[in-house]
Amino acid sequence: MHSVEIRGLDLSFGAFEVLKNLNLDIGQGEFLVLLGSSGCGKSTLLNCIAGLLEVSDGQIFINGKNVTWAEPSERGIGMVFQSYALYPQMTVEGNLSFGLKNQRMPKAEIAKRVARAAKILQIEPLLKRKPGALSGGQRQRVAIGRALVRDVDVFLFDEPLSNLDAKLRTDLRVELKRLHQQLGNTMIYVTHDQVEAMTLADRIAIMKDGVIQQLDAPNKIYAKPQNKYVAGFIGSPAMNFLQGEVTHGDNPVFSVGDVTIPLSTYEFDTPTQGAAWFGLRPEHVRTGIDAETCGYRTELTVELVEPMGSDTLVWSTFAGEPWRIRMEGQTQIEAGARLKVGFDIAHASLFDVATETRL
Amino acid sequence: MADLTASSLSNDRALRSGPAGPKPRRRLSRANIIVYGTLLVFSLYYLLPLYVMVVTSLKGMPEIRLGNVFAPPVEITFAPWVKAWAEACTGINCDGLSRGFWNSVQILLPSVTLSIAVASVNGYALARWRFKGSELFFTILIIGAFIPYQTMIYPIVIMLREIGLMGDLGGLVLVHTVFGMPILTLLFRNYFVSIPEELFKAARVDGAGFWGIYFQIFLPMALPIFVVAIILQVTGIWNDFLFGVIYTRPETYPMTVQLNNIVNSVQGVREYNVNMAATLLTGLVPLTIYFISGKLFVRGIAAGAVKG
Repeated sequence: MHSVEIRGLDLSFGAFEVLKNLNLDIGQGEFLVLLGSSGCGKSTLLNCIAGLLEVSDGQIFINGKNVTWAEPSERGIGMVFQSYALYPQMTVEGNLSFGLKNQRMPKAEIAKRVARAAKILQIEPLLKRKPGALSGGQRQRVAIGRALVRDVDVFLFDEPLSNLDAKLRTDLRVELKRLHQQLGNTMIYVTHDQVEAMTLADRIAIMKDGVIQQLDAPNKIYAKPQNKYVAGFIGSPAMNFLQGEVTHGDNPVFSVGDVTIPLSTYEFDTPTQGAAWFGLRPEHVRTGIDAETCGYRTELTVELVEPMGSDTLVWSTFAGEPWRIRMEGQTQIEAGARLKVGFDIAHASLFDVATETRL
Repeated sequence: MADLTASSLSNDRALRSGPAGPKPRRRLSRANIIVYGTLLVFSLYYLLPLYVMVVTSLKGMPEIRLGNVFAPPVEITFAPWVKAWAEACTGINCDGLSRGFWNSVQILLPSVTLSIAVASVNGYALARWRFKGSELFFTILIIGAFIPYQTMIYPIVIMLREIGLMGDLGGLVLVHTVFGMPILTLLFRNYFVSIPEELFKAARVDGAGFWGIYFQIFLPMALPIFVVAIILQVTGIWNDFLFGVIYTRPETYPMTVQLNNIVNSVQGVREYNVNMAATLLTGLVPLTIYFISGKLFVRGIAAGAVKG
């Protein structure tokens, strides 16, 4: 049985369609990340699952029960918001127990659950404080606790780390992953941050214009993006793109201008000819000794160097397009130098120009 | 390549000549003189009438007849205040303003409570529980704030007569409640809209309903706007004359109407000291409210700009 099932979900605000015929199955205990740029409908989808927005069409099942018309509190979900949304006039304890009091749960049971959640999240010393006296990280922990005490099957996270500073975000990200391993609940997590998506998810659903572009494990999405949007969205620095032509002679080749790249090591999904995008991630532009064994070799002029510590990003131009190359962190290279590179074709991606789908 | 040798880290504190630290300010600059001078002139302008009233109310009639309105009283007497409160005559009644005062209190308390209670729930519903036609409802309510009262006086007379409340204090309470509704609803709606929507969503996930969210989440956060509403309603209803004179009978006249009847009575001598004392007495309630809640009032008015 699936934990959450979404069948043919439509949602429109007036004439504007936010979600179009969306289908999604989320397994028991799965960590699913909804990823996309702002306005892609990911938060809207989460609000639909939570029951905070009324759907225009379609069905939502949670644990096999049709909850399309159910109130948010009846759906067996807990939700964590970007702005924490703690009740400012209640203490941390009051915040944690508010939902339980609404269920008219016995006091002893409330106390037990609050104590357990506080222990898991290490917020025991804060229980008597008001949210105003907490730091951002502590507030977010209380917000998670509010979902935790309700003992729900499905956790919904709406960009929970976006309001925190970079250091804290990394720490809480790890904590969230640990929490998921410990609890084993189903978690649905909305974010626009691809690092959060890659690190946390069992599966990522990349959304654009209310449609899921690709639903896959993080490494699959990274290695074999199903269309050009996904390829360009995932990965930082972004994938390099060239527009040209694929021809299947004795050996398949990609050609643009006077450049011809052999594609013999590329695994085609659909071996079609014609106009195509050639995409290559910056780390698959090999340099030094690795370049020797590549299917296509050339020499580029270094235009700009961005040392980032762990690695160095080199900017250049290839076939008239900006070309990014990721190199060793300690590389000593200056603008103007010539650089021998090779393209690792086995890791490249080809997309049809008209449909933008993977070839 | 830039010359990197020029910049170096050092800990010795060697300042060069010229400005350093905070910029000095002169107390008696030209700008200050203009600002404080203007403020002084305007406050005198506003305070002078009040001064004349207080001074006159503390004089006896012989002293007033001397004609020097600005002179302080030679002999301070509280007799005019006592007379205004307990003895001044309107028509055949000679029990002063006290009766009007208690009438006004009886009008004020239920009107303020009722109008704020209804309007805050209205505003809350319009801000967070959108229903079909809620925008239209809100628009109609706002238009209500701009319709001149005069056009509605006679229809209300008929309505009150039909439901048997004409001339009754209850009728006046109803009128005040209804007329306070547009502006108060607007006030509360705008305040509740400024409370983050995620808070409302979180409360719904936590299983709180319409009243649960109102009483447990929104109400405790809305104290500043309640103070603003109370001040608006207390002063508005206390100072009301038009509705008071139309919808009540002489024995239920509010204080303002009675004040008018005392000041404008045509029999006998015009007792300026009693008139002044009566006016000050009538103005005392709104004045007290302002003094007590001044700070809270400002905070409430500015509350939309700051997040809690």
